[in-house]
Amino acid sequence: MNSLGEFLAMGGYARYVWPSYALVLAAIVLNIVWARRALHRARAEARRRVAMKDTQ
Amino acid sequence: MAWTWFHRLGSPPYIYSLAARLTPWFAWPAALLILGGLYGGLVLASPDYQQGEGYRILYVHAPSAWMSLMVYTTMAIAAAVGLIWRIKVAHAVAASCAAMGASFTFAALATGSLWGAPMWGTYWEWDPRLTFELILLFQFLGYMGLRAAIDDVQRADRVSAVLAIVGVVNVPIIHYSVEWWNSLHQTASVMKLSKPTMPLDMLIPLLMMFLGFTLLFVALLLTRLRAEVLSRERSAAWIRDVVNA
Repeated sequence: MNSLGEFLAMGGYARYVWPSYALVLAAIVLNIVWARRALHRARAEARRRVAMKDTQ
Repeated sequence: MAWTWFHRLGSPPYIYSLAARLTPWFAWPAALLILGGLYGGLVLASPDYQQGEGYRILYVHAPSAWMSLMVYTTMAIAAAVGLIWRIKVAHAVAASCAAMGASFTFAALATGSLWGAPMWGTYWEWDPRLTFELILLFQFLGYMGLRAAIDDVQRADRVSAVLAIVGVVNVPIIHYSVEWWNSLHQTASVMKLSKPTMPLDMLIPLLMMFLGFTLLFVALLLTRLRAEVLSRERSAAWIRDVVNA
């Protein structure tokens, strides 16, 4: 591979290679976001429960 | 005495803090391996003698497919442990797996489709491996749907565990499908007992991706497990320490 343009062209397979990479990277990023959000929500929910108990 | 570690693994507060401590030890190596694997696969590895640059889809397709089988196997084993020994944490592990499994199974199918288009001349074929991988996607979705349909968590655990365990039969079917049937899909190049049939500059980035995805799965699972354990044990006293920390 000599130039950036050549690299991006992927020997004519660009329209198959790049969407594949984009898709899998999106799956990774989404899973990280989902996992962190799930933990964040569970913590917020637990905090609310504790606060409710304390006021009772 | 020898069993104390096992009992501690069943204790939610212990699991919660252990998972929190362990997560970075999996997440950072996973990030480095995946970034290195992507660079190696896209830039350093030489083109394939038949497929040219098009084969580079391999570096995201095969790890996604590996992930889908690894997640399902983990889910089924955790469900079985939960069902047999009535360990709540094991059920929480199983429940944490499903969404990850579904997304990477979808990624494996979609990237396979994008690879099939130029190489096989079709985006989809009712080939054994493709068909059983599609069934695996429906298994993950069915498992999630079943859990969502049952309000009582313990009942959802038991019922969904049976589904997960029964469905594990599909994992070896997918793995060996390319050997059992005359398949369009190529046979294994790496995941086999004899030596891999691939030059090193192609193989090393692929192995980095496999290991990176495995560590990523553990890191994601640990994070989801903490969320799952916390939401299940909301009334317990230890929650107070956790949320105030």
